[in-house]
Amino acid sequence: MSYIAILLTYIFINNFILVKFLGLCPFIGVSKNSESAIGMGLAVTFVTGTASAVTWCVYYGLLLPLGLEYLKTIAFILVIAALVQLVEMVLRKMSPALYKALGIYLPLITTNCAVLGIAIINIDQAYGLLESFVAGIAAGVGFTLAIILMSNIRESLDLKPPRKQFQGVPIAFISAGLMALSFMAFDNSLLSNLHLA
Amino acid sequence: MTPILFAVLTLACLGFALGIGLSIADRKFSVEKDEKLSALEEAMPGANCGGCGFAGCAAYAEAVYNGTAKAGLCSPGGADLANKMAKIMGLEAVEVEEKRVAYVFCKGNCEKTRKDFKYKGIPDCNAAAILFGGDNACKYGCLHMGSCIAVCPVGAISKNAEGDIVVDRSKCVGCGKCSEVCPNKVIRLIPASARYAVACNSRDKGADVRKKCDVGCIGCKICEVKYPQSGFKVDGNLSVYDNKTCTEDTVKAMEACPKKIIYRPDA
Repeated sequence: MSYIAILLTYIFINNFILVKFLGLCPFIGVSKNSESAIGMGLAVTFVTGTASAVTWCVYYGLLLPLGLEYLKTIAFILVIAALVQLVEMVLRKMSPALYKALGIYLPLITTNCAVLGIAIINIDQAYGLLESFVAGIAAGVGFTLAIILMSNIRESLDLKPPRKQFQGVPIAFISAGLMALSFMAFDNSLLSNLHLA
Repeated sequence: MTPILFAVLTLACLGFALGIGLSIADRKFSVEKDEKLSALEEAMPGANCGGCGFAGCAAYAEAVYNGTAKAGLCSPGGADLANKMAKIMGLEAVEVEEKRVAYVFCKGNCEKTRKDFKYKGIPDCNAAAILFGGDNACKYGCLHMGSCIAVCPVGAISKNAEGDIVVDRSKCVGCGKCSEVCPNKVIRLIPASARYAVACNSRDKGADVRKKCDVGCIGCKICEVKYPQSGFKVDGNLSVYDNKTCTEDTVKAMEACPKKIIYRPDA
């Protein structure tokens, strides 16, 4: 699979939120305004990218040689949690500006299922190191796309709220469902039409 | 070695290694925070109202710490906080602006003020104001859509039974966000010590005001001319109180006002 195909797959065809339904907690929780949605999206992209690369190394460097493939879920959780902590510390020291933009969102996604999800999918699909990294970035970009679209919808809904029964989370769920339906328009024919499959 | 023991040991080793790595990283990448800055942040009220002009309490504390902002800008904290901050920073006590609270200069609810048309758009004062200055016949008054209620960080503003927007002075921290969002600037900050206020914002001529509203200032100048020591002054068809004077004349002017629109904000 070419890198472009992987990018398209995880941004559109297998969008983590709208098709795979992973990482729904921040999708609903942090999509009230677009500023925090962008921050959250960037933080997730950052973490899925690095976590993909690191978990690939852990799996092929440690678990596979020891014959402990079945431990990958718990080992990945451990590694990702430590990785996010480390990234937070490094950011705080090295780049206070970036830390201010991403910092408050990083602890929120330590054990987000989208992050664990991409790590496991990478192994299932038998991607190489670079392919895993690209898939991680693409999953994060797909997450960012979905959460920004959602935050714009919710900002518009704040201006002209629906009936009282639907205000808040109910209309958010309904909008999310409709968005998921529209993302079903993307399937593998997208890749074959672009001669990427 | 049984497989289960092997798995447990591997995970334990992995966790142990990661733990040690993290604690080393924590040492290496620790950021030293100045005691003064922590003390400043501690002293803040933590409402994050933004009344000081900064993004929040922490941002203001940092600005004071860096010397780019004065102590005493925090309205909720008042004089106590200003002195505390000055003490932390080793400065002389600073002058504090008097605590201010919001007041709505309009009592023209739907029963008292005529409407030009029926507004059915987005329930937001600024949206309503775009359309011919709102549905009120008086283009200076309160639009009653509650944009100030929505923006108030402490929930001090509400609509009372008569439909007027009112401010709970005990809750108001004087951040001024309501005044900022109000298209007609009919809600403004007044000193907490101001004992009187003319609850009208209209600068229309007296005859026009009479047609449009039952509780508008008609600029009759009774308060100014008959009671010269009252502290009221008519400027552009609207009587304005100087927020200080409190004499016998002031009390009499309040009673003499033909529209009875001089109120006690603290009552």
